[in-house]
Amino acid sequence: MKVVLQNLTKIFPSRNKKSDEEVVAVNDFNFTIPDGKLVGLLGPSGCGKSTTLYMISGLQKPTAGKIFFGDDDVTELTTEKRGVGLVFQNYALYPHMTVKQNILFPLQNLKGADKLTKEEMQEKAYLAAKLVQIDGLMDRKPSELSGGQQQRVAIARALVKMPRVLLLDEPLSNLDARLRLQTREEIRRIQKATGITTVFVTHDQEEAMSISDIIVVMKLGVIQQIGAPQDVYDDPTNLFVAKFLGTPPINVFNGTVKGNKLYIGEDAVLDVPGVADQEVVVGIRPEGFILDENGPFHCHLRSVEVMGRDVSIVSENEASVNPIIRSIINADNKVDANAETVRYAIKPHKIFIFNKQTEERIHFEVK
Amino acid sequence: MVDSKQQWKAWLYLSPAIVLLLVFTVWPIINTVRMALLENYNGMTAVSGAHFDVGFANFATVINYPQFLNCLKTTAILCVATVPLSTFLALVIAVALNSIRPLQRTLQTIFFLPYVTNSIAIGMVFAAMFNIVGNLFGTENELIVTAGIVNNVIQLFGGEPVNWINAGSTYWANMTVLIIYIVWNALPFKILILLGGLQSINKQYYDAAKVDGTSRRRIFAKITVPLLSPMLAYVIITGFIGGFKEYSSIVGIFGDNMGPAGDAGRLNTIVGFIYKALETNKLGRASAAALILFGIIFVVTMINMQVSKKRVHY
Amino acid sequence: MSENIKTMHAKNMQQVTLQAKISKSVVKFFTYAFLILMAVIILFPFYWMVISSLKTLEEYRLSVPTLWPRNVMFSNYAEAFTAASLDRLFLNTLYVGVVSTLLSVVITVLSAFAFARLEFKGKDTLFAALLATMMIPGELFTITNYATVTHLGWLNSFTVLIVPFLVSVFYIYLLRQNFLQIPNELYLAAKVDGTSDIKYLWKVMIPLALPTIISITILKMMGSWNSYIWPRLVANDPAHQMITNGLRNAFTDTSGDVNIPVQMAAVAIVSFPLFLVFVFLRKYIMQGVSRSGIKG
Repeated sequence: MKVVLQNLTKIFPSRNKKSDEEVVAVNDFNFTIPDGKLVGLLGPSGCGKSTTLYMISGLQKPTAGKIFFGDDDVTELTTEKRGVGLVFQNYALYPHMTVKQNILFPLQNLKGADKLTKEEMQEKAYLAAKLVQIDGLMDRKPSELSGGQQQRVAIARALVKMPRVLLLDEPLSNLDARLRLQTREEIRRIQKATGITTVFVTHDQEEAMSISDIIVVMKLGVIQQIGAPQDVYDDPTNLFVAKFLGTPPINVFNGTVKGNKLYIGEDAVLDVPGVADQEVVVGIRPEGFILDENGPFHCHLRSVEVMGRDVSIVSENEASVNPIIRSIINADNKVDANAETVRYAIKPHKIFIFNKQTEERIHFEVK
Repeated sequence: MVDSKQQWKAWLYLSPAIVLLLVFTVWPIINTVRMALLENYNGMTAVSGAHFDVGFANFATVINYPQFLNCLKTTAILCVATVPLSTFLALVIAVALNSIRPLQRTLQTIFFLPYVTNSIAIGMVFAAMFNIVGNLFGTENELIVTAGIVNNVIQLFGGEPVNWINAGSTYWANMTVLIIYIVWNALPFKILILLGGLQSINKQYYDAAKVDGTSRRRIFAKITVPLLSPMLAYVIITGFIGGFKEYSSIVGIFGDNMGPAGDAGRLNTIVGFIYKALETNKLGRASAAALILFGIIFVVTMINMQVSKKRVHY
Repeated sequence: MSENIKTMHAKNMQQVTLQAKISKSVVKFFTYAFLILMAVIILFPFYWMVISSLKTLEEYRLSVPTLWPRNVMFSNYAEAFTAASLDRLFLNTLYVGVVSTLLSVVITVLSAFAFARLEFKGKDTLFAALLATMMIPGELFTITNYATVTHLGWLNSFTVLIVPFLVSVFYIYLLRQNFLQIPNELYLAAKVDGTSDIKYLWKVMIPLALPTIISITILKMMGSWNSYIWPRLVANDPAHQMITNGLRNAFTDTSGDVNIPVQMAAVAIVSFPLFLVFVFLRKYIMQGVSRSGIKG
């Protein structure tokens, strides 16, 4: 089932009665989620990603715009009739019901033609439980389960009625680091197995990148970029997206373009043909540096951290926006940790330049 | 966003409560004030269409009525005697209970038992305990049998039997019995609240005090009481409110007459006064007395809150 | 020298700990002695009620009281039952108690649900106004309510015992607080799972707030059982009399030669159901009470 969001807008009235200030949580959102894909809505808190998810679920009504499931306009449909599954951040399992009763609950609410017999319900509940591998825990209460198990029950409950769309709200944020890795593989596996169109919300870019077919990067209610994770990473449309994706984060510098050359401080680090002379913001991915004794870019070496496969070099430069510059290079390169200066060449496809005012990407030809 | 469907649903769910409250709570508030301000308002004459002047005559009558002053005195004495006594006893019992392990639950259950009683019924038991069976102080010809269990105990310790509640008993003897009964009845609630408060005090404060070498008495005065002060304030305020509304304990021991045989009404309280006025259809007078009661409770509560604002450590 | 100080010090320490131990056990002893004495005083009236109810009148009158009846007179109970016509009173009270509790719980649940879960204009104002009425002593309402029920022709009926007290602002408040503790996500989850509001109330909120609802039920039942003032005013006829009123009326003469054993038997009969409730449902009563302070 594809999901179409058309001019979707959500405006919250001001909480304070005196001021008329409104909060635009989601601003003119247009996006089609292809059938059977796993889409990650990604952005810092307050970017409108949860509001978008809640509008798809019907728990919040859009101020303007339309939502389609396939060809059905579901904008005016209440949550109960929309047939979505939603996994909450803190799972929201009914504490007085057993795992089995929790999973059966959505089935018991089906009406009319969808109504199931008792046997059918049992069978579906067991199938859903089996899918998330909790079929051995059916008679436990939620309080008797670990966080990861509760998470699985929540997913089973959301999946059991075969929803048209599966929605996950920060599904991993309440799990510890090890479980998080495991569970995200699990979500990926379940989504592939069922083929249900899935939307999930997260502020963790690593999480989004690792399992999504498509990511949607949002900021203050506005979509910044939509695309496959690697495409967005390699080709960010603006400084915000470039900064938001990647660990360690991208290194940001103030730079100047003069005579088709990009300068950081005094160093002409790269040829940028076709770019007019101007002040710019420069972003260089940590893996975009090459150690080169004759490299054009000079930095003050601060420390060298060996991390097995890679070496992380911390250095400083007057033009850097952040206090430190972090570069990641292959451990085969020998670095003299006592040297004062380190010189880099830059990989052209790992460096991005942005308009100083609009922070939009300025493209140049890579030779 | 308030959607209209939820609007009417909410009012639908609330409707039974609201209708009943309008009739049996809101209207009485308005009407009581109205009746209190209509001079000498009387249920009987009101039906036949009599006219009443507006004024404060009902209040004047009530306040100048010797019976009412007597009720006020009895109520005030009961309040002033029972609230500090029961609060102090409850505090000591709660602290003692909190300091023990074995038997704690059993004793806690026993101390809560008086709460789950019918105050009229157990009042009758107290009456029996203080009663003199036969006619100890009557004519000599009559059979003198037993002085009652309480007097038996007093005699056991070499004291003289007291005429507690029978005909010819003194006001203060009656009051003593009432105070004992009311304290007995008030303990469970206070112990429950105070013990709950004690158990919620973080053990770390006590450990810290112990490390500092604080004496037991100092710990009680400087840690337990201040940290318990919200609960203390609560039981004192509710104790005063309950005390000013005292009525059924007296009915339990002395019966509807509100006094020992031969001296009916001697132990009447404000609430008793209101009901007497009500039974004789003097609704204006009853309303005025009820408003005075409300005023007293309001003032006492406010004073209590003011005091506790300064003393209570939240 | 230093050796000496060390041993002295050690001896001192031993003494101090010994002293501390002794004083600790002395305190323990007095604590228990005090608590047990108080417990005996608290229990004594119940004990006296029970043994008096089992004595013959002659034995009760002995100048040196017996602490256990010589002849156990269960017949006192039968006599009390007929003397106070307790069977009729039991049925009246049970009827009033059950009907008013059922209706009261339904009204309380619906109102608390509206206040906790639904959005409507003036919600906060209305709720604050309700709470404000809790400050007013009940006697103030009784006067007008007496006039109202007289006017409605309800005197001497079961209606008059049930209807005026169906709504308790305090119960609504108690249950609303409990409902508010249920996380909002459960409501949203139930919406996603396709549940209507009323089904959510029934399937999720009520089960989760069940302890509070049980507390309310017990307190309301006990309230009916112990009610005295209002019934005496409006329904004191034999057909509708409540048990406390019947009990008080049957033994109203405290002077002269009252058959106290029979009276105590009647009191014990009236108290017995309360003890049963207490024994089995103590937890709920104590939970409800610790949040209230309002008896019955």
